[in-house]
Formats: sequence, structure tokens, C-alpha cells
Amino acid sequence: MSAHDHAEDHGHVHGGAAHGSFKGYLTGFVLSVILTAIPFWLVMTGFIDDKQVTAIVIMAFAVVQIVVHMVFFLHMNTASEGGWSMLALIFTLILVVIVLTGSLWVMYHLNANMMPGLHDMREMP
Amino acid sequence: MPDTLTRFIFGRLTLESLPLHEPIVVATFIAVALGGIALLGAITYFKLWTYLWREWFTSVDHKKIGIMYMVLGLVMLLRGFSDAIMMRLQQAIAFNGSEGYLNSHHYDQIFTAHGVIMIFFVAMPFVTGLMNFVVPLQIGARDVSFPFLNNFSFWMTVGGAVLVMASLFVGEFARTGWLAYPPLSGIGYSPDVGVDYYIWALQVAGVGTTLSGINLICTIIKMRAPGMTMMRMPVFTWTSLCTNVLIVASFPVLTAVLAMLSLDRYVGTNFFTNDFGGNPMMYVNLIWIWGHPEVYILILPLFGVFSEVTSTFSGKRLFGYTSMVYATVVITILSYLVWLHHFFTMGSGASVNSFFGITTMIISIPTGAKIFNWLFTMYRGRIRFELPMMWTVAFMLTFTVGGMTGVLLAVPPADFVLHNSLFLIAHFHNVIIGGVLFGLFAGIAYWWPKAFGFRLDPFWGKVSFWCWVVGFWFAFMPLYILGLMGVTRRMRVFDDPSLQIWFVIAAFGAVLIAAGIAAFLVQIFVSIRRREALADPTGDPWDGRTLEWSTSSPPPAYNFAFTPVIRDNDAWWDMKKAGYIRPLSGFRPIHMPSNTGTGIILAGFSVALGFAMIWYIWWLAALSFVCLIATAIGHTFNYHRDFHIPAAEVTQTEAARTTLLAAQG
Repeated sequence: MSAHDHAEDHGHVHGGAAHGSFKGYLTGFVLSVILTAIPFWLVMTGFIDDKQVTAIVIMAFAVVQIVVHMVFFLHMNTASEGGWSMLALIFTLILVVIVLTGSLWVMYHLNANMMPGLHDMREMP
Repeated sequence: MPDTLTRFIFGRLTLESLPLHEPIVVATFIAVALGGIALLGAITYFKLWTYLWREWFTSVDHKKIGIMYMVLGLVMLLRGFSDAIMMRLQQAIAFNGSEGYLNSHHYDQIFTAHGVIMIFFVAMPFVTGLMNFVVPLQIGARDVSFPFLNNFSFWMTVGGAVLVMASLFVGEFARTGWLAYPPLSGIGYSPDVGVDYYIWALQVAGVGTTLSGINLICTIIKMRAPGMTMMRMPVFTWTSLCTNVLIVASFPVLTAVLAMLSLDRYVGTNFFTNDFGGNPMMYVNLIWIWGHPEVYILILPLFGVFSEVTSTFSGKRLFGYTSMVYATVVITILSYLVWLHHFFTMGSGASVNSFFGITTMIISIPTGAKIFNWLFTMYRGRIRFELPMMWTVAFMLTFTVGGMTGVLLAVPPADFVLHNSLFLIAHFHNVIIGGVLFGLFAGIAYWWPKAFGFRLDPFWGKVSFWCWVVGFWFAFMPLYILGLMGVTRRMRVFDDPSLQIWFVIAAFGAVLIAAGIAAFLVQIFVSIRRREALADPTGDPWDGRTLEWSTSSPPPAYNFAFTPVIRDNDAWWDMKKAGYIRPLSGFRPIHMPSNTGTGIILAGFSVALGFAMIWYIWWLAALSFVCLIATAIGHTFNYHRDFHIPAAEVTQTEAARTTLLAAQG
């Protein structure tokens, strides 16, 4: 067997990210503008009375915005980089979910058990 | 007026900042200064500066960068171990009313510096260096994906180390323990520069670690030789991949949490303060989200080393390759689900504690599976007890004990008894020394001939081995006993005289370990002296199985004249069995990256920036930051990034090897 520069290289990872088209970029841009404008509008007009609900709605728009950026600007899909992009994304999502929910869970219990009343600013000296 | 001017120029750095009142530090400084002057003088006398600058400091060759990482790790090991032996001596004598020889201000810095240095500037450089050197060779690549980035990463790690070392002689280091928990590390309780040294050293080094993680992931995913599918990668490459994934995913958390701590300290935010809505427990939570994966960042590559060593020296294919890979991946994910076991006692309650206790016990399953894989690899193998194999067997015995005490600590009620006791100290030294350090020594003995073209002297290696292994058991078994008796960590003086004997035994163990380190240095020295006798002209001194043994020792700059084609897990073993014939002609010019000094310059500015921030020298901070950005942008205009090694030179190098191989018969 002679190892050679131009030997067959099956099994090698091929196919980088697609570079996108004008139409793709335009779609992404328009979507981003819309997804940014709506939260602004929500806050400026006070369309929803409850501030907490407004915050949750804005966060939902932010998540959609992230997806739009990944699809139209970073050209991520299940096939790009031989599937590695998708794998990395899934791994990232798992970790982010673990870290966020885990921290919220842990900190909620710690606060409830260990810091009675301290978070009430009216009781501050 | 002059007073304002001095404050502007020097920030809070004054002559009083120099620890002239600490005789131990002054003596150390004199010794280091004399040694440093002698070293610099020798380099100048032998006219080595140009050589070092051209061939090493500015090199983008992954092999040279790997070796420089190992040198950094070794130098810092000496510093970290000095701290260790000082603590052992203090604790062995501070009884019956004696205060020992270290005051509390100094002692607290020592145990903090020991932890920080051993993790960030000994274990991390050693592990990164090993991966840097071995991975491209194992996958049949000519360098890493981003060679300049590699050089830059290395120098940033050095930059962090420089800041830590500077704290010994200019100002002080943190007195907070190695993770600098607030509120103690907040500005209210630590107004001095110690914690700032800690923060900036880790931030500068962290840039290097993260970038080198990205670099190695890219290398492993994109630059494998044709035919090397994921499931044909050597196990060391697999564990390196998982380690670097962990680095990239977890180090940003450390960066963020340290950034928030700096904001608390510098601009008065209240992330981790006691009042105004701050919560110090959040710091503990976040830093352990980084901290637990870090443990696996350190140990996984060494699991890879043990796999390579066991299969090579048993003359057998690794038992359960697939299960080994899956165990590694499972550990990678699970390492993110156990962090709370570091603070069971903080009070998150039974439900949270039992979840994390159970995940911690689960993570020991894949680790145990690995131990069995190595044992079954050895079973009916033709085992050669060379030095790397000796370290591996010592590891299996030692690490298993450490793993079992770990599972014991994973039981929350038991942890409530043992938390912050010397039992915990004994446990993590048991796994870090017995796992990481023994693995590093196995790896160094195993790949040394590949790096330098001659083996390490076995006699001094065995002296070092026995001193380390016996010393380890002497040094840490007493700590298990003391921990069970309720002695807590980080104590400077003791009241109960009946405990003293155990600390004396532990100190004796530390002395044995010191002898082990000395024997290791002697081993390197003797091996260099005897390099002719220990030479490895074949490039394959252990009858190896993976690709790195197919090229010469040391490998040429381009690693492989032709990219190999892989048909099997043990690629080189398969090639040898199939009657591989080295190509002797038809060489082409090889495209290689050029050296650049930008990495060391950028790291230099980063050190200046860190130092300025530590001492509140704002003009220097601004200036070095501007220089840093300007140099980085300037480097993008450097178009002399690559060159071709001419075919004639490749032919010449390969012909020299042919002659060498022919002389072997």
C-alpha cells in the first residue's frame, strides 16, 4: 500500500457551509427588522398591560431572532459542514438548557432555604 | 502635587508593595533573581537568543509549541510544589503552641497559589502541550488548523503564568483559596491586589486556553488523514476532542464569572456582594459549572494516554474501543450535570442534593468501564513493563481508590461530614496525582523519543516512579485519616497534639515526592547526556500502533512527506502488517505556515494590560490596550504567512532517514 497525496479520500469530511444568495440575505434582513420592530412597538405603546408578560413575549421574539440569524446569516442547516454544525448546535442547546435550568433550580432552592427576607429591599438598613 | 503625580504614574504601586518584610520571600527573590540572571547570562553568552527567537518563540510548529507548553508546565510544577512542601512543613511543626514558620498572611497566599498554579499553570499546560504535540501526528496532519493562533494561545498561557509569578515579588497573591469565593474575594474583604492578580492571570491565560481548544477541535474534525473516520481515530485523539469540546463550552463561564467579580471589585456592581440584591452563592454555582467540567478536561486526555500505552505495551488492540469512545462522550455530557456536589452543604435542600448525588454516582460508571477496558486489554497480552506501562498500572491502582472515595463523597449525608475536611483534599489529590500526573509521566516517557529522537533513561525514571508512587501514598493516606477525624483544610496551626504524627508522615511523603521530582529532572539531564546510547533511529521504539510512530523521531517539520491513507483503528500497526514500504521518491514541495512574532508581542501587551489593571495604572492600561488592538489589526496585513518547503529539501530529509533506517538493518 503506498500512501500518496492524491489517493482516494473517501470518508473525508466534505462540503463547507453554503454561501447564501441575495434572496436569502434579504429575507433574513427583513425578518430581523420585523422581529426587532415588534418588541420596540410593544414597549413603546404598552400594548400589553402586564409588564412581565411583555418581557416574556420579547424574549420569545429574541429566540426567534437567534434562529433567523443562524439560518439566514450563518447558513446553518442539517447538512452544513457535514452535519457538524447541527451537532454543535444540539450540544450547545443541551448545555445552555442544563446551565440555565440547573442554575435557576439550584438558586431558587438556595434562596428559599438560606436567604430568608434578605432580598426584600425595604428591610435593608 | 508630586503625590498626585506618583499616584497617576504608578497607581497604587508603591515601594511598600514590595514584600521586603517577609524574609522567606526576600530569600526566594534573591535566589530566583540570581538563577534568572545566570540563565539569561548563559543564553547571551552562548548566543542563543536569535536561535530561541527564530526556532522556538515565534514558531508555529505544533510540535515545538507542544514542547514549550511542557517546559512551562515543568517550571510551574517546581513553583507549585515549593508551595506544597512549605504547607506540609508548616502543618507538621505548628503544634503545641508553635506558630510554625509562616504567618497567616503568607500561608493563605501559599495555599491559594498552590491550587491556582497546579491546576491552571501545571496541569493545563502539560495536557495542552501533550495534545498539541501528539494529535496532529496521530491524525496524519502537518500542523493544527490555525498555526498562528496556536502560538498566540501558548504565549497567553505564559502571560498568565508571568502575572502569577510577579505576584510573589510585587504585591501579594489572593488569600481566598483557589476559587476566590466572594464575599471574601470582594473589594470589602480583599481590598488589596491579591484577588486582582488572580483575576487577571486567569483571564489572560483563559484566552489562550479557549483559543487552543477551538484550534484543536477544528484540527481533529477537519484535518484527519483520508480514511480516518471518527470511529477509526486513536483513543487519545478522541479524548482530546472531548476535552477541547469541554474547554470551549466551559471556559466562557469562567471568563464571565470572573468578569462579574471584576465589575464588583472595580466599578461597584453588586453581582456577588452581600447586599443590594447581590448573591455570593451565585458565584459558587457559576464557578463550579466551569469547575467540574475542568476536572474532566484534565483527566480525559490522560485516559487517552493510558489507552495508547496499555494497548502498545500489551501488544494488543485496545479492548472495547467503541465502549471507550462512548464512555468518553458520556463523561463529556455528564460532567455538566454534577457541579452541585461541590457545594452540597450550601443548603439547596434534599431534592437538589439527591439529584446531583445520583448523577455523580452515575458518572463513575463510564469511568469504571474504562478501567475494565484497560484490564481486559492487558489480559493475555504480552505485557512489557517499560516505564509508561509502570505508570499506567500505578494509575489504575491509585485512581481506583481515589474514585471510590469520590463516590463516597457523592453521598450527600457523608459529604456533610467530610465537606472541606482533609478527606476531600486527600480525595482530589488522589485522582489528580494518581490520574493526571501519573498519566503525564506515562505520556512523557512514551512520546519523549518521538519528540527528541532518544528515549528517557529507564533507571532514573524508575527511581522517580517509586519515589512518586510511594511518596503519594505516604503524603495523602494520613490526610484521609485526619479528614475522617474531622480536621478541616487550610489550617495553619493545630491545638490537638495527637494529630501531629499524621502531619509528620504526610510531610515525609512530600519529601519523597520532592525526590521523585528531582529524579525526574536528573532523568532528563542524564538522558540528554546519554542520547547517543538511548537514540531511537527507527522512529518506532515501542513497536507502536498509531500513526505518529510511522514518521521519524523527531518528525520533520512537515510531519509526513505524503499524507497516509488509513484503513484501520491502529493505522500504523495495520500498515506494518500489510508490508508498508516507505515511498522513496516523487516528493513534492510542501506548503507550510510561516513563523511570526505577533503571538508573543500580543501576549506581552496583555501582561502589561493585566499588570496595569491590577495596580490601577490607568494610563498604562489604556496604552497597552490600544497597542494590543493595533498589533492584532496590523497582523491582518501580514501577507507573508506561508511558504513551500522545496521538493529537493524534502527529498534530502527523507533520504537521510532512509540511510538511518538502512544502518539498522
